[in-house]
Amino acid sequence: MVTASAGDGARPASAGRAPSAETGTAGSRSADRGDAPLLRLRGIGKSFGPVRALAGIDLDIPAGQVTALVGDNGAGKSTLIKTISGIWQPTSGEMHWNGNPVELHGPRDATDLGIATVYQDLALCDNLDIVQNMLLGHEVRRHGLLDEVSMELTAKQTLADLRVTTVRSIRQLVGSLSGGQRQSVAVAKAVMLDARLVVMDEPTAALGVTQTELVLSLIGRLSARGHAVLLVSHNLNEVFQVADRMAVLYLGQLAASGPASDFDTQSAVELMTTGKSGRLGGGHGSGTKSVSSGGRVSGTEG
Amino acid sequence: MSPIQRGAEQDPAAADVIETTGARQEPQEAAATETALVGAPELLANSVGDYAGIWLKRVRNGESGVLPIILGLVAIVIYFQLRNSVFLSAGNLVNLMIQAVPFILLGMAEVWVLLLGEIDLSTGYNGAVGAVVTLWAAYTLPWWIAIILGLATCAFFGALQGTIITRLGLPSFVVTLAGYLGLEGLLIIILPHTGHGAGGSISVPSNVLDDLTAGNLSPVAGWVVMVVLVALAGLFMITRDRRRRASGLVAPPLGVTLLKIAVMAIAGILVVIVGNTNRGAGFATLRGVPWAVLIVLGVLVLYTVVTGRTRFGRYIYAIGGNAEAARRAGVNLIRIRTLCFILCGLTAGIAGIMLASQLNSIGTDFNGGEYVLFAVASAVIGGTNLFGGRGKMIHALLGGLVIAVIYNGLGLIGLSAGATYIVTALVLLVAVTIDTLARRRGTAG
Repeated sequence: MVTASAGDGARPASAGRAPSAETGTAGSRSADRGDAPLLRLRGIGKSFGPVRALAGIDLDIPAGQVTALVGDNGAGKSTLIKTISGIWQPTSGEMHWNGNPVELHGPRDATDLGIATVYQDLALCDNLDIVQNMLLGHEVRRHGLLDEVSMELTAKQTLADLRVTTVRSIRQLVGSLSGGQRQSVAVAKAVMLDARLVVMDEPTAALGVTQTELVLSLIGRLSARGHAVLLVSHNLNEVFQVADRMAVLYLGQLAASGPASDFDTQSAVELMTTGKSGRLGGGHGSGTKSVSSGGRVSGTEG
Repeated sequence: MSPIQRGAEQDPAAADVIETTGARQEPQEAAATETALVGAPELLANSVGDYAGIWLKRVRNGESGVLPIILGLVAIVIYFQLRNSVFLSAGNLVNLMIQAVPFILLGMAEVWVLLLGEIDLSTGYNGAVGAVVTLWAAYTLPWWIAIILGLATCAFFGALQGTIITRLGLPSFVVTLAGYLGLEGLLIIILPHTGHGAGGSISVPSNVLDDLTAGNLSPVAGWVVMVVLVALAGLFMITRDRRRRASGLVAPPLGVTLLKIAVMAIAGILVVIVGNTNRGAGFATLRGVPWAVLIVLGVLVLYTVVTGRTRFGRYIYAIGGNAEAARRAGVNLIRIRTLCFILCGLTAGIAGIMLASQLNSIGTDFNGGEYVLFAVASAVIGGTNLFGGRGKMIHALLGGLVIAVIYNGLGLIGLSAGATYIVTALVLLVAVTIDTLARRRGTAG
């Protein structure tokens, strides 16, 4: 299933979670063999002048699943999600949305497609309340003036759907919310815009234990509702807790990708730190999707 | 503050810097439970008592709103009244209202840009140039065309500066400082060209322009206007609450709404009573609420609706709070920012015309620098934040009143101009200190 792109290629794992790879996550199997995934990246590369931040990224992001994107600092995670959310245009490669080739010329294009990005800095206005933040850029008007009632109802409904119940009033200023609550508002804002793919950049990086659980369960509910989720995270425990699929970036290239059950913590860490792993759980030959050609991790920044 | 290139778009290295700086402080979570009620108190309360409780909590958390400034204003008024009993006479109070008009209007002009976290130092001279254009035009054209020309001139200079600031990404402080100097120069140059600028000043030719500040409503009209305005405001508030309740949303308790309407009515009644008292000297009768009060009120209501109830207004606050968030939400930063500078200029024009009407002329001796500083002080004393995102048009009204009261009162008790400046400076410092300390104690940031 998983094909390591590292020099010596994939080898059957001697330990780890190999047995579970046979069954995998039911959803992920069908999506892999079925129709085109929601978002498919082929050969995506991005250079900033002489610096190659990304090279030859092939990645599928299916609907209804949580795809985790992991990698060390500087591996290109942020560059990749900014490319997906239209902030940066790739210098090479193609993107397919529902099987159709698309080009994103700006964040608006991504939003129009249904890609919503929840950035690590959350992009919330502390001086506005929850409703105002959630509907920022999508205000409802009545007789030319803001229709606070219908906006509040919309926001309330979305929060209820996601079972975000920890806020006391949705007219609270966002500046007064806890980290987890802020994250929930940011996610709810993304979902409200009919996002089909929600990209989340380190959603739990700054949260305590309880708040982290809140956000992780929210992520679970998102994928259960049929949204595709692309989760960027440093925290492997968290990734294994919620992710259906995993993709490991190393120095701007995709070191490996596949169902999360094909990885274990050790192989993931090896892939993140060295770009290769001898402990991969997959490699049983039935892979439908080969991720990348070997030997490409020659280092773009090193 | 730099408008466009905030964020890390141009810098690949910065992309990963963001990842590593994600340490949002944990203490924030602890603080959140205590300050969980920050927000509009009327939408969180179920009864008048509840409302009062939440409101007190907000005051303690630094979201005190306009309370400190109103208390301060009352204290200053009591002090001046004790020192000189003329202070609270009808004649002086009306005089005070007129004196406050330029401060209030220039303050409202500044609020447009302060909300963005920007500043406009040119408003004083921009308004003066607009006033000169209006007076000049009024010698040959109808008064209303003259006013339109004057306001258009000011809006043009606002647009010019706003365009330079937003398109080139220059700091507004520097660009409007240049505007300040350039417009002062323009004022000195165009005055002689008007043909009416003998002695370095141009006088008001039209009765209507004069009446902007000298004219009064008839006593009956004053009452009628007041009752209609309060009734409309009350009706608006009650129907809004009803609509919220009908949609199943939390609405302010009826008692709170009625209390607010009562406060508005009392304020209105006081203003009309003061205005309608005969303040004429000797045998001449002079009574009625000044037109200027109505004009300021009209501008205030219009601006409050635009900032608080329109999408444009919402975007101003969003940009002031977090420009990057606004940009990601699809807000056209350049357009909104430029519009704010245009509105700032336009409002400065209204202030300039009102000032010219009050002085009966405008000339090269006009101290635009001082007026700008008072304008910023008005907005800030009233509670508007210099760094953007927080403030209301009413703040300029309250702050402008404070400055006018100090000016008027210190004049009455015979203090020198020097003392007036020092007292104003102290009030400004105290107002900002109270605001900042209260906020620091409450919500972080």
